[in-house]
Amino acid sequence: MTLQQAHLEYVLRMGDNALILGQRLSEWCGHGPVLEQDIAITNIALDLMGQARSLMQYAAELEGEGRNEDQIAFLRDAWDFRNVLLVEQPNQDWAYTITRQFYFDAFNYYFHRALTQSTDSHLAAIAEKSLKEVTYHLRYSSEWMIRLGDGTDLSHQKMQAAVDDLWMYTGELTEMNEVDQMMIEAGIGVDLSAIKSLYDEKTCEILNMATMQVPTDTWMQTGGKNGRHSEHLGYILADMQFMQRAYPDMQW
Amino acid sequence: MKKDWPLWEIFIRSKNGLSHKHVGSLHAADAQMAIENARDVYTRRNEGISIWVVESKHITASSPDQAESLFDPADDKVYRHPTFYDLPDEVKHI
Repeated sequence: MTLQQAHLEYVLRMGDNALILGQRLSEWCGHGPVLEQDIAITNIALDLMGQARSLMQYAAELEGEGRNEDQIAFLRDAWDFRNVLLVEQPNQDWAYTITRQFYFDAFNYYFHRALTQSTDSHLAAIAEKSLKEVTYHLRYSSEWMIRLGDGTDLSHQKMQAAVDDLWMYTGELTEMNEVDQMMIEAGIGVDLSAIKSLYDEKTCEILNMATMQVPTDTWMQTGGKNGRHSEHLGYILADMQFMQRAYPDMQW
Repeated sequence: MKKDWPLWEIFIRSKNGLSHKHVGSLHAADAQMAIENARDVYTRRNEGISIWVVESKHITASSPDQAESLFDPADDKVYRHPTFYDLPDEVKHI
């Protein structure tokens, strides 16, 4: 793998995380548990779509094959996506949606904070801009973790189930592959092993405040960063890409 | 769930130097959630830099039935408006 390929894949991974989670959250549009949360969660979806757009514009530039951000988002198949498995997991109910969001936000916050120091000034600028949004996302999802975990017996039980079920997808967030190693050496990427301890600390802190048990399982799912996805991604892409596939180059 | 959440009145300060202005209401379980909901519902388009929330039940309103006795007496007291001064031309922004 060349440095340029690794660079492209690194940016795509960030863009795919934002795009797929944004798409997932958009499914709540018009279905939120209350109007205020419907707006809040789709606001976060829009933030993520905006981040995905900047990242994919940059990816298109790095790729240098004349594609634009729409083609990168809508014309790749599942195995070309580099998002982590966590973000493609289904919404299920509010407990799952919030837990998935919290697990991702806690990582994304420390990741973006570190990425502002990247030697790639374009990526550092994107990180700087996104960090404000991500900081709010983490605050929002943390509040809901605490509110529902430390809420009624039923809300506690539902949250604990979501926390336990999604736990096995958290390992991949700070797992590193060849791309990470090359990006760290080039001064572009973030050392995820340094993020891991911050991540563990944050999840413990919030889960404790939410009176929930921190899962102790150590076996973790992996694959998304290398293009091996759960069956869910195909369904997401079918929804998301339908218009461009059925009516190529359509605009509105 | 929603039937248990009280209603909150939301006030937004659009910029420094201006006062908070009532913008609407929303449902929330407590004051903290009301602020966050207000952030998402009422400040999405750069409307504000500060939010106040007040639970609606704490607002006491004047009764429309009393509007005549409360407000009409001011109708014929034009002298209460500062419109009877001769202002020098140099004074701007009045």
